[in-house]
Amino acid sequence: MKKIFSSLCVVAVMFACVPMVFGQTIKIGFNIPLTGEIPKVGEESKYAGEMLLNEINGNGGLEVGGEKYMLEFVYEDNESKAESAVTAALKLIERDKVLAIVGPNSSKQAVPAGQVCNDNRTPMISPWSTNPDTTKDRPWVFRAAFLDPFQGPVATDFAIKTFNAKKAAVLYALANDYSKNLAEIFQADFNKKMGEGAVVAFETYGDKDQDFSAQLTKILAAKPDFIFLPNNYNEVALIVKQAHDLGWNGPFMGADAWGNSELMTLCGDDCKGHYFSTHYAAAGATGATKEFIDKYTKLYGYQPADVAALTWDAINVVLAGIQNAGKVTGNLRKDRKNLKNGISAITEVKGITGNMKFDEQGDPIKCAVVVKISDTGEFEFTESVCP
Amino acid sequence: MFDSIFQNLFNALQWGSFYSLIALGYTLVYGVLRLINFAHGDIFMVGAYIAFFLSIFFFKGDLALSGSTTLVLVIPLTMILTSICGVTLERIAYRPLRRKGANRLYVVITALMCGLILENGNLAFLGASRKSFPELIDKVVYQFGPISMTNLKIGVVLSSIIVFFILNAFITKTKIGMAMRAISYDKFAIPLMGIPIDTIIVVTFVLGSSLAGLAGILFAMSYPVLDPFMGALIGWKAFIAAVVGGIGDIKGAFVGGFLLGIVEIMAVAVFPSTFRDLIAFSILLMILVVKPTGLFGIAKSTKI
Repeated sequence: MKKIFSSLCVVAVMFACVPMVFGQTIKIGFNIPLTGEIPKVGEESKYAGEMLLNEINGNGGLEVGGEKYMLEFVYEDNESKAESAVTAALKLIERDKVLAIVGPNSSKQAVPAGQVCNDNRTPMISPWSTNPDTTKDRPWVFRAAFLDPFQGPVATDFAIKTFNAKKAAVLYALANDYSKNLAEIFQADFNKKMGEGAVVAFETYGDKDQDFSAQLTKILAAKPDFIFLPNNYNEVALIVKQAHDLGWNGPFMGADAWGNSELMTLCGDDCKGHYFSTHYAAAGATGATKEFIDKYTKLYGYQPADVAALTWDAINVVLAGIQNAGKVTGNLRKDRKNLKNGISAITEVKGITGNMKFDEQGDPIKCAVVVKISDTGEFEFTESVCP
Repeated sequence: MFDSIFQNLFNALQWGSFYSLIALGYTLVYGVLRLINFAHGDIFMVGAYIAFFLSIFFFKGDLALSGSTTLVLVIPLTMILTSICGVTLERIAYRPLRRKGANRLYVVITALMCGLILENGNLAFLGASRKSFPELIDKVVYQFGPISMTNLKIGVVLSSIIVFFILNAFITKTKIGMAMRAISYDKFAIPLMGIPIDTIIVVTFVLGSSLAGLAGILFAMSYPVLDPFMGALIGWKAFIAAVVGGIGDIKGAFVGGFLLGIVEIMAVAVFPSTFRDLIAFSILLMILVVKPTGLFGIAKSTKI
């Protein structure tokens, strides 16, 4: 009996030692929406992560200060809800003991989760969130996307130039931080450029709404030159269809949340010919971006949207930060702190959505593109706007 | 402003049609069983998904039928399959509780749970990604002066009105309808008269669920983005519509559904859209304060 017990002990100790002896791992957590409102966003983030993970681990791991470390990614579902994003962040920080967190993607979840990560001194990088509040006064929080105060004017300028627009209408989701913030920035900017009252209709809708006929009737009665829709792709599909039912034939202008591979499945012909601002254009990409798109398309069977590319970039920022830190001590608190300083110290990361430097808020300085939805349903590059 | 009033009235009729069709299902079951079937909104969701799979099978599959033929097949099949779903719930969840004489509260909680099971079962088996309902009929936009309508929207309004009159005739003119009214009057005396109470209850669930199935088809055609939780909110609101109309009374459910549609749409049309639910539900609350039994409800007497 004693013998069995002692041999069990030996085995247990051996297992406990395995990670220390046979290679070290770095754990990175993902706080992404695998279910809920925008499951495709979570799926693309996860796939981009898997792709990068296989690539790096296939090459023997990440080299930090002369030693190789294997990577381990933990995917946690935040159900696309603010409260679940907070729980997921805490779970990753406390239970999984990750070094850093990638995600959440939407500002709706990234703003509250950023608070949690900042309070718990864990580096977080949101690939897709464009709301300024995500990183504002939070030294531990970074992002890979541009900001809404930059994106809003991009949309304004483009619409004024392309549609010759003097009057605009906005329909946005009240309960969505991203949508609300971007709508307000757009309204302020458009009114500034075209005179007070140039935004002739500024309408909202609630969570899970499916009928927008009343809001659209009001918008159409105000006779705008175009309609600005800073909304998630699933709602865009419904809004655009219903506006056409009510007799609207004018242009729509969207924002980066349109850029999802599911948009065309849900929206079909109705969305063709409209424009939106986003992080990269898949059609006509070159170099490393094209390489990424081709590889992703081959592995998963569809073209990756901006969120996949941004996740890829976000993970690379984290990895560059780890390499910048120079060593992994095994003391989680120290490593997290080193990583934070490592990311802040990054001079430039060559990303597939453009090159990134970080300002003192942890926001990257990078360009936006405007794409047109072509007749074949592809997102075609139209123009690039740099800060 | 005046132009948009007519347009908004039409919008409200179309939106209210869905509330009406779903509210009818709530009220039928309540009228007969005194049970608030909270799974009803999710049965509506199941209906939409059944319609989706049937349409894909007929329209996009090997058969490649034309859109209108598909629709003609999909409507009855969806109604039948959805009612099977509703009856199954009754058999495995509500009837055993009723047999054991459980308090009605427990049955209501069971109904809530059944709804959650349907939602999450769908999420687990079909995944979270949304389904896009195929366009079965070519959309035509009609312009009547300031009002623009589509053939689909007109179809939705007409079918909900026709369905109401058929249902009303069924309840008031047929023997089964009479039995249904009788059960709601006294469910202990009725079996003694030789009326098979379980059969009547099954018929009630068949009627209610097939209406939800019909609403599911029409909804999926009008708002072609389906997700597992699509039935939850609209189900709750339709329940409120049924209560405001006087739950247990089918006239009440019908009128209540349209009333909720009109109040919601008009609140947006007149006030900033941010206040929609606040204003809409304040108005409904006032109606209930003045008339607690609902518009057509009669306190504690025969219902349906």
